[in-house]
Amino acid sequence: MDLPADRRYSKEHEWALHQPDGTVLVGITEFAQHELGDVVYVELPKAGAQVAQFKQMGEVESVKAVSELYSPLSGEVVEVNTTLKDSPELVNESPYAKGWLVRVKPANPAELDALMDAAAYASLTA
Amino acid sequence: MADTGLRSPFIPNTTEDRAAMLAAVGAKSVEELFADIPAEHRHPHLALPEALDEMALRREMEALAARNLAPGASASFLGAGVYHHFCPAAVAPLVTRGEFLTSYTPYQPEVSQGTLQGSYEFQTLTAQLFGMEVSNAGMYDGASALAEAALMACRITGHARVAVTGTVNPRYVETVRAYSAPQGIEVYTVDASAPALEPETAALLAQYPNYLGVIEDAQTQSDAAHAAGALFCLSADPVAQALFKPAGDFGADIATGEGQALGVPPSYGGPYVGIFTCKREHIRQLPGRIVGRTTDAQGRTGYVLTLQPREQHIRRQHATSNICTSTALVGLWATIYMALMGKQGLRRVAELCYQKAHYAAARIGELPGYFLPVEGTFFQEFVVSCPAAPERVNRTLEASGIVGGMDVSDRVPHGMLVCVNETHTKADIDLLVDALKGVF
Repeated sequence: MDLPADRRYSKEHEWALHQPDGTVLVGITEFAQHELGDVVYVELPKAGAQVAQFKQMGEVESVKAVSELYSPLSGEVVEVNTTLKDSPELVNESPYAKGWLVRVKPANPAELDALMDAAAYASLTA
Repeated sequence: MADTGLRSPFIPNTTEDRAAMLAAVGAKSVEELFADIPAEHRHPHLALPEALDEMALRREMEALAARNLAPGASASFLGAGVYHHFCPAAVAPLVTRGEFLTSYTPYQPEVSQGTLQGSYEFQTLTAQLFGMEVSNAGMYDGASALAEAALMACRITGHARVAVTGTVNPRYVETVRAYSAPQGIEVYTVDASAPALEPETAALLAQYPNYLGVIEDAQTQSDAAHAAGALFCLSADPVAQALFKPAGDFGADIATGEGQALGVPPSYGGPYVGIFTCKREHIRQLPGRIVGRTTDAQGRTGYVLTLQPREQHIRRQHATSNICTSTALVGLWATIYMALMGKQGLRRVAELCYQKAHYAAARIGELPGYFLPVEGTFFQEFVVSCPAAPERVNRTLEASGIVGGMDVSDRVPHGMLVCVNETHTKADIDLLVDALKGVF
């Protein structure tokens, strides 16, 4: 299963990727999208909202389940992937790129160190 | 008699079954199991008469039933949330067909295409009647529908406070409070004509017509709610919706109602059916179930439950609502009623309610000792201020075979809420007027 080495992973199957501008992109993993099945709706926090590490920040709804989304880090949501409103299937088709969920300005960048690297996440989902 | 091991014809456990269960819980006997119940209450002697045969029992029950002053059979002017409207004879035989009457929603609901189509038509007709974009397949009743609207508004806005106007049916307010309190939602009362909302209020709840029958300025209420960042939830009489501006025209975010008014006979304790409609943008926070229409692989029309992952049986404690059944059969009754009456028929019903109620109000208002203390446009109900306590007036009316109005003297001095609609003849109304004259 596809697992980029450039980012960190949470046990709730979210990934977090540092951006050059200091913000962090957040999405769900290939494993998560596969388990969920066809995503039909994603409910995300609004830009400007505060999110806390490992706390619920939204919901992802597939044809068979609705699951909570947990933020892998604390901070302020600075951007939301609005293309998911009309094209939620991007979460399935491109979970690591076009299907990203939110961009967060981290409150404490060291929090990402508490997350797993690709190898650790791979053994979690093996 | 041979011991079959069965202790009662109604309890299928054998002696062995019971022994196994007692052993499992560590009790020696059934008596020991129920030792916590005082002995004198365990097998009380019931002073019951001899059993009757079927013919005698039938006669007994019919004699008891004949003591009722049933709406339709006698002149009843009681409303206050439950309304006796005329219902075409075709409705009952259709609703009581075995395919509808005896079926419970199977765990693969799509097996019952007829049941699902019935709910789909209910949604379509109620959404059209209320001028709203989306409707669900029904709630328990009008009160619980309004309470669910309050919870839904809190989910949408993220606030935990709702305002309710002082003119909403007090039994509805009680239900709203019962649903809200365990979730930490605060309910406060505001003036209906100039609602002043506190900050971080999720919704303004209002009623149309209000509890005392008056058509309020719902546009002002809607504007006040939206200006404060709250949703506007309107509980509306479905029959009045056919004549007055529908809820959607006021920009209501959620509109609910008691579906009983759609030809369902009044019955003590129900079951009734709640109408629940909202704006499309809120569909994912809608409680209850939605039936959608689709096509199968061969292009045939089919009906399916939609947005199911948000329901309790899948989402458990995270479900949108804890409603886990719907009164679909009562919804079907309302659906067939609406289909038979049609758009024009329902409007005609509403016009007759309005005209007859206004005739009755004018006649009663002329009686010495009586007056109409509440101002404003009304639909089919109005408050009469009586020359004596309404309770006493009602006892006098009862002697003439008339069921009087609701005692609202807790709100209006000597106030009686009188309901007059299309089922009342001029003779019924004149009978009421004459009987009221006799009270003074």
